[in-house]
Amino acid sequence: MRTPLTVKLFAGLGPRGWLAVAAIAFIAWVLVPVAHLMLPESHPLHVSTYAITLIGKILCYAVVAVAMDLIWGFGGILSLGHGLFFALGGYSFGMYLMRQIGREGSYQSDLPDFMVFLDWKELPWYWTGSDHFLWALFLAIAVPGVVAWIFGYFAFRSRIKGVYFSIITQAMTYAAMLFFFRNETGFGGNNGFTDFKRILGYSITAPETRLVLFGLSVALLLAVIILGKVLIASKFGKVLTAIRDSENRVMFIGYNPVHYKLFIWTLSAMLCGLAGALYVPQVGIINPSEMSVANSIEIAIWVAVGGRGTLVGPVLGAGIVNLSKTWFTTSFPEYWLFFLGLLFILVTLYLPQGVVGLWAKIKARRAEKAAIAASRAEVAAAPAPRAPAADSKIPNGTAAKGA
Amino acid sequence: MRVESSISRNAPADGQKEHWDGAANTGHVLKPGELDLSHGVMLYLDDITVSFDGFRALNKLSLQIDAGELRCIIGPNGAGKTTMMDVITGKTRPDSGKAFFGQTIDLTRLTEPQIAHAGIGRKFQKPTIFENHSVFENLELALKTDKRVKKSLFARLFGDDLDKIADTLKQIRLADQADRPAGLLSHGQKQWLEIGMLLVQDPKLLLLDEPVAGMTDDETERTAELFVSLKGKHSLMVVEHDMAFVEALGGKVTVLCEGSVLAEGDLATVQADPRVIEVYLGR
Repeated sequence: MRTPLTVKLFAGLGPRGWLAVAAIAFIAWVLVPVAHLMLPESHPLHVSTYAITLIGKILCYAVVAVAMDLIWGFGGILSLGHGLFFALGGYSFGMYLMRQIGREGSYQSDLPDFMVFLDWKELPWYWTGSDHFLWALFLAIAVPGVVAWIFGYFAFRSRIKGVYFSIITQAMTYAAMLFFFRNETGFGGNNGFTDFKRILGYSITAPETRLVLFGLSVALLLAVIILGKVLIASKFGKVLTAIRDSENRVMFIGYNPVHYKLFIWTLSAMLCGLAGALYVPQVGIINPSEMSVANSIEIAIWVAVGGRGTLVGPVLGAGIVNLSKTWFTTSFPEYWLFFLGLLFILVTLYLPQGVVGLWAKIKARRAEKAAIAASRAEVAAAPAPRAPAADSKIPNGTAAKGA
Repeated sequence: MRVESSISRNAPADGQKEHWDGAANTGHVLKPGELDLSHGVMLYLDDITVSFDGFRALNKLSLQIDAGELRCIIGPNGAGKTTMMDVITGKTRPDSGKAFFGQTIDLTRLTEPQIAHAGIGRKFQKPTIFENHSVFENLELALKTDKRVKKSLFARLFGDDLDKIADTLKQIRLADQADRPAGLLSHGQKQWLEIGMLLVQDPKLLLLDEPVAGMTDDETERTAELFVSLKGKHSLMVVEHDMAFVEALGGKVTVLCEGSVLAEGDLATVQADPRVIEVYLGR
């Protein structure tokens, strides 16, 4: 027998979690649209198009960060090639957006501009069906999934682990980048896809379209976090963290780690693909630089900054890093990479559990202080018992566990 | 049952054919993959050789353990005790020789998880438990059940499982620690937890590599009692250096040296054997 899914979902988050989900959904679907459409631009609470696009983009990054956390934070597998899955999703959906341009391109042809430029007469076979929205959406999930499954099957079966695995994922995304850079591949080469006009017939730059994409990004992020919570709370999640901590023991009690890793790895890639599909219409461009090694490393940094193995932490990490990136690249563009490197070093040295870990530490310290104060008060009241002093050690213990 | 079906599905076709031929000769029907103890032999190692870069860790090792037997393995460092366990559990493939579990299951063809499902549990020399999981969760994960991904996603504990875990917690004396993270246990308690993780799997054969290392005398004594009580229901193979513990277990003793069996018999006989004295004192 199975636990009913609804019960599982509810237990996965708890009442406070659901309250937070409801609040965020309300803000994203009601308050932000009102603030954007109803309030005049001069109003202090007006949300600008720029802000909506920027936050929508960061939300897509946050989905990638959560997907990364599932395999790195819980599965102990560090991928430095997750940008590939994100870009594959983006390209799959970008094909649909290119087809939606129709004859409004510079060459007024049925073919995308770059194909006309290359003097191609018809669409390559893999563009078949790309004018259907659902097919493109399916591809955005399936292509990263299939690539990840094939790659993961051979890597995990050969028991490639740790830094070797990370390096191979890097090589994988780098090879894909070189492949997509080529003009004859049929994905627009260097320039990728851009100049999108419409999505499902609606203008892609219309405020309403942007708001819907923004709302969908929020919904996807919430759904991915809830999915992650349920997954981690299940027995599957326990086996996954057990594999991270002691793969040998897991094997000798009869689990095949290959299947478990492959499942979470493929799922993670598919979520990245979905995020990529939402990212492209909001940002308006997809090109091979999304597959660069640096981009994939940045994903790992978001997760590390936010806090591995926490699900919510990576969302914060993606937000913090990308907001500071936006600020730096407009104010001091030449220092951004130095700052990013510094941030990574500081987090690795002083915040192994990321921002979320810092918060837990502060909370534990406060509880400890309160306990000490309480025990002092008690000692003052009745000088005999030593027991409360021992109690004050408990928060200390949890702090050590958290660290 | 799931366990058997997983093995039979994974067993190579020619291996199955062999089993059925065997059935024709001995006159009783064998189910491929099911543990066959018709000759009273639990584990059969024959002429096993394993070399690492020219070094022979196991050298034509032959050993037989009967159903329900408690066997102690002793021997100086580097005698090949751990390598032997690696061969039995599928971690290392022998260069030559045969390793059979019961009459029919060829251990050299199965993977680690398949061997675990077939009914061999292993405790490592250094206690390996899941430190970030609670004691209860450690046992829950080890529980004998369907361990495929699909089942794990929707798995749920039932009364029987809870009873089994509760019984085992009592047996390993960790009932009051069930909700603590396993990483906070003492060394001896970790050893027990790992033994408990074997017991909930309900294995036919337990391989125990230095199970009492780091235990207090009292804990050692209780462990000996536990093992003796398991004898008969399970076969046990215990590698241990602590002679008092070996004596307390009271089973047959096998002395390994340089990758093969040097002597076999009860502890007193073995200790009186001049060759055994030489390898232990001659170095």
